[in-house]
Amino acid sequence: MTLLRGRGYASVNYPTGMNLGGDPSQALIHATTMGGFVVSLSSVDLGQGLKTVVAQCAAETLGMPMENVIIDTADTDTGPHCMGTFASRGTHRVGNAVIMAAREAREVMLDVAAEELEVDAGDLETDGTGYVRLKGSPETKIHISEVALAAHFKQGKSISGRGIYLKERNYPVPETGEMDPDSCQAHACTVAEVEVDDETGVVTVLSLHNTYEIGRALNPGMVAQQIEGGAWMGVSHAIFESTEPYYPASRDHGPVDFSEYLMPGPAEIPVQTSVILERPASNGPFGAKGIGEMTANAPIPAIANAIFDACGVRLTTMPFTPESVLRGIDARRDDALSA
Amino acid sequence: MPRVNPIDTEYFKDERKPDFTVIGTTVQRSDALGHVTGRTEFFEDRTFPGLAHVKIHRSAHHHAKIDDVDCSEALAVPGVLRVITYRDVPSNWYVVLRLIGIEPNDEPVLAEDRVLYKGEPIVAVVADSEAAALEGVRRVKVSYTELPAVFDVEEALAPDAPIIKQAGTNYFVYEGHHARRLRFGDVERGFAEADYIFEWRYSSAPIEHAPTETTGCIVVPQSGGRLLIHSNTQAAFFTLDNTALILDRPFTDLQVKGGTVGGGFGGKVDVMVEPLACIAAMLTHRPVKFVYTREEEMQVSSPRAAERIYIKDGVMNDGRIVARKVMLYVDAGAYSRHSPYGTTKACAHLPGPYTIPNVYADCHCVYTNRTPSSAMRGFGVTIADFALESQMDRIARALDMDPLQFRLRNAYRDGDMKAHRKVASGTALIEVIQRAAALVGHDLPEEYRAMSSKGGAA
Repeated sequence: MTLLRGRGYASVNYPTGMNLGGDPSQALIHATTMGGFVVSLSSVDLGQGLKTVVAQCAAETLGMPMENVIIDTADTDTGPHCMGTFASRGTHRVGNAVIMAAREAREVMLDVAAEELEVDAGDLETDGTGYVRLKGSPETKIHISEVALAAHFKQGKSISGRGIYLKERNYPVPETGEMDPDSCQAHACTVAEVEVDDETGVVTVLSLHNTYEIGRALNPGMVAQQIEGGAWMGVSHAIFESTEPYYPASRDHGPVDFSEYLMPGPAEIPVQTSVILERPASNGPFGAKGIGEMTANAPIPAIANAIFDACGVRLTTMPFTPESVLRGIDARRDDALSA
Repeated sequence: MPRVNPIDTEYFKDERKPDFTVIGTTVQRSDALGHVTGRTEFFEDRTFPGLAHVKIHRSAHHHAKIDDVDCSEALAVPGVLRVITYRDVPSNWYVVLRLIGIEPNDEPVLAEDRVLYKGEPIVAVVADSEAAALEGVRRVKVSYTELPAVFDVEEALAPDAPIIKQAGTNYFVYEGHHARRLRFGDVERGFAEADYIFEWRYSSAPIEHAPTETTGCIVVPQSGGRLLIHSNTQAAFFTLDNTALILDRPFTDLQVKGGTVGGGFGGKVDVMVEPLACIAAMLTHRPVKFVYTREEEMQVSSPRAAERIYIKDGVMNDGRIVARKVMLYVDAGAYSRHSPYGTTKACAHLPGPYTIPNVYADCHCVYTNRTPSSAMRGFGVTIADFALESQMDRIARALDMDPLQFRLRNAYRDGDMKAHRKVASGTALIEVIQRAAALVGHDLPEEYRAMSSKGGAA
């Protein structure tokens, strides 16, 4: 038995937003009496942190602390339309809609504050801690709770805003495929290191090293989680999963539960290191691009290429099972013997 | 504190905006504490008095004519409230993509006179308990005449293949074409001029989304006659609109509440459970739960499509790819679901992040007698990337070139015309390759380290 080591590379790009566009999302925002800001959406948080990242977009635009932002989402009676959470679109589409709504609300907020402070609204700024203050004269300030109370009970104004993001629908030219499919493209390069057991055919992914260009990291902690979680799925696609292990020859052996449908456990998760690059997208919220889906992609060919580097077996069918690795090793031995 | 990857701000320095207040900081995910303490409320955590359950009697064959359906024994099971057949579905034929103008409606909510895949729903049983519903399902008797089935994407396109689709072709028709086409430059001339031709085949098997929480919903009839749908859908309005169309009811009759999902990955955009749960609720005037078992999730819910991809490249001695032809086959299984969209997305992704002057692709959305495939993370792209980047590795080795230098030589840059005739902008493939090389200590010659995505055709 020999453990053979190899390294493989892959570089990819991935589009942000539903292919060909036509996938709007909306946001409504309003201030409560004490200066909370409720962002009403119908968008679904799949666990990737959409609610958190769009709250950051609202807080940044309003100039208010995160604690002031409340996300109320995914009730079709109270939230405006959202196309859905897929196609790496959530942060981009919903983020942009929230920024637009927050800008409108911010404008009213500053108008109300200006009237209270008896200054010009154009001379006001926010300090990020909850105060609206006079530029160059920070002692002249008013807290958002007082602004919101004045708006409700004194000035009779609604501090609110509406936002939508739509990439207009594009239609491909049937003859040539000419089209405008995407809003922007994120990029990644992954280097995989694997170990192949030439007796069992088992592939162990030792490490994944990535560089991701993502426009802007709105929440660096969640970026790391996206990259590492996605890489886990890529490893799983590459060497573990299939509902039809003998596709297309047979539909037999289809798994019905997790004792038959294997995925990497904690011991099979490779070491990961990543570096982030930021080239802001002109149409992205604060420049961000969508990387939700693509983080599973580059690891797969990087692993395939690393397996070849390790043992000379070129696997052209996913997943790369121990059986396929062993058959490849056997074929090489047979070739060597007959040569 | 969560682990954070370093941001290398030396790249694109002139384009990066100054720092923000909240943006760019690590804020804890708002639902993290609820998830790790088990307090997050998922749709299934809600209990309702009188909750009824839906279970499905499914096709035993891959392709068959239905001769007879006998539900009498199922109705006799204590606790069974109703059986639902296609006759109870107001608008039985649908395709979820009709919301963006895709035709035709090619799938029945419940099978009528035939089934196109093993596991296709035929009868829904509504009962007081899951056990009674399952017993009812077991007692449904369906008699079939088996029909020849087709399981291979290329066999399905062969002239002598049995036609399994009512529309008359075993492929989705793209504006009169048998495939989504990409035509750029003159690929045959490119091959003729090339020093080398490399042609290989790649393929994949279907993959399950494997969410922790299976697909499901609870529908609660409201006093005013509306239906409240608690769902783990990935797209609340997409589910509402498709459900209303199938129910043939005003859209304002429905309300979807969701937003908390135990794993999506594209598996919860097909609108598989809400219509039948609504019909069951309307017929029984009871709250109704319809949730997939793990076996249904793995064997009946849409997987990631299997794909078969042939790539033929013409390459010059210096490593420039001058022509690329791709024949791509998506195994949509028995019904369209989201596959016609995903196949076009695959076409838009070709020929990968490289500038190639001559590109030709036919991307086929093919119907077979398998579980319908549909959207999954990286839809149209994940398997193509496996094929494209394996191809790049093989060519680099064949030319005895460094694999990263070979990619850098062909990388797309700002100003380049893509094969779908959109001018590339905001590109950064060169930079991620350069930085990844530095990350693992892979030496690149100065000529390659000096490259920039901004140095494109413009």
